Amino acid sequence: GKSIQKRLASCVVSIIIASLLFFLILIMALSLSANASSKERTTRPIVTGTSVLGIKYDGGVMLAADTLCSYGSMAKYKDARRIHAIRKTLVGGGGEYSDFQSVVQLLEAEALEDECTSASLYDTHSNNAKETWNYLRAVMYNRRNKMNPLWNDLVVAGMDAEGAPFLGWVDKIGTTFEDNLVATGFGSYLAIPLLREKYRPDLQEGEARALLEDCMRVLFYRDCRALNRIQIAKVDQEGDVLISEPYELDTQWDSASFVTPVADLEGDGGW
Amino acid sequence: MASSGSGYDLSSSTFSPDGRIFQVEYASKAVENSGTAIGILCKDGVVLGVNKPLLHKMLVPGSSQRIHTVSASSGVAMTGFIPDGRQVVNRAREEAANYKETYGSTIPPKILGDRMATYVHYFTLHGSLRPFGASCLVGGYDEVTQTPELYMVEPSGTTYSYYACAAGKGRQPAKTELEKLDLSKTPITCEEAVKQICRIIYMLHDESKDKPFELELSWLSEATQWKHKGVPKDVIASSVEWAKAQLEEEEDDDEEDGMEE
Repeated sequence: GKSIQKRLASCVVSIIIASLLFFLILIMALSLSANASSKERTTRPIVTGTSVLGIKYDGGVMLAADTLCSYGSMAKYKDARRIHAIRKTLVGGGGEYSDFQSVVQLLEAEALEDECTSASLYDTHSNNAKETWNYLRAVMYNRRNKMNPLWNDLVVAGMDAEGAPFLGWVDKIGTTFEDNLVATGFGSYLAIPLLREKYRPDLQEGEARALLEDCMRVLFYRDCRALNRIQIAKVDQEGDVLISEPYELDTQWDSASFVTPVADLEGDGGW
Repeated sequence: MASSGSGYDLSSSTFSPDGRIFQVEYASKAVENSGTAIGILCKDGVVLGVNKPLLHKMLVPGSSQRIHTVSASSGVAMTGFIPDGRQVVNRAREEAANYKETYGSTIPPKILGDRMATYVHYFTLHGSLRPFGASCLVGGYDEVTQTPELYMVEPSGTTYSYYACAAGKGRQPAKTELEKLDLSKTPITCEEAVKQICRIIYMLHDESKDKPFELELSWLSEATQWKHKGVPKDVIASSVEWAKAQLEEEEDDDEEDGMEE
């Protein structure tokens, strides 16, 4: 009588423990399944870069970006390098800086693998700019589909397979296009109209540089997250890939609307 | 010379009574049947060379690479079962890429050799796996100590650092010739090493018995900015000419000695 009861009791206890364990494992499995949980995906950028501009000129392609990474509204890192050269291709990025660094690391690893696994010891094939642009499209779109984007707008510049200048754009959701002139962030609103006005197929290198500097100056005046310390980078058809050292643009603040901002209005311009 | 094994040679996970693992020794035999590979550590870099016998007349020259780039400044030459060797090379590439991603710098050759050794050794521990039938000569440049280094990974997983090493069919005579160079006391330059490797390979090659071969050579040195590259074809051509001339001279000397006696 008593021993049967004991056995019954121990049976019940073991059933309870088993079912508890089962539910525990079930819950764990569900949380690790397909969709990344909200602890593991990018929902907002923290350290950000602003516009990157790009334009083709006669014999090459040129990029411009400032050297600021903002921490919200704070101008925190004033010597951030937002344009990188990977072999013969330039990549510039706005948006979350850590994601941009991750993209550069990924492209460097790809380039190294290409060099190691090339067909012979004498021929080191590396991807041209157009192939890199396409590869980034695949990467960005794939991340977007997992609801965990790399929070960047990227500009890819260099030569295509035929050796003609190439300029492409990839955004955080994997949209791509290529054009003679591109811009990310505020640049797409403020700089694109200026670039379109001045662009010609036979634009010279010096003219392209002056045009980009002018656009970067306008962006510094009007984009609250921009800096007047910029870098210019180019890839030309002779195969030179150069990124300039950062330098400061001079600015003028003696325009009437800056000096007396509320000139014609009564009061202080407020409501 | 080698005892028959009789029952202790069926699996890598079995020792023989006299303390040998026969499967690993048989794997080394596979290496010994294949084209000679030679590596030389020079004062300004590392040179790797492999004798690639052209087994069929219809083989396209230059296919079936024996020397592979593994990282920005490391290269691996292999001999033995080529598919086995390729597997080890692929793993070496993964290790190098992994190291770069984790630590941000190029894998030092010592650590690369170590990782390859661990990998190759793993396959000598399990009864369900067979050892790799390939030896790998690893040449690389250490950016921290700023020295070039040369390692050889054998099918048993043994890895040593060498001034010069050889594996494959002609390794014994090759080792004898390399010892004559006395590289620990009188290191040579990479150009000189290319010539010596050509000389040794051509010396070992018997026109009547052996098949025609291709000579694959690579180096990494200050001149290549420590990048692993194929030795330029014109340098190989002139080194082969020099080697052939040297060998003819030595033959003439031998003949003269013979006549004087």
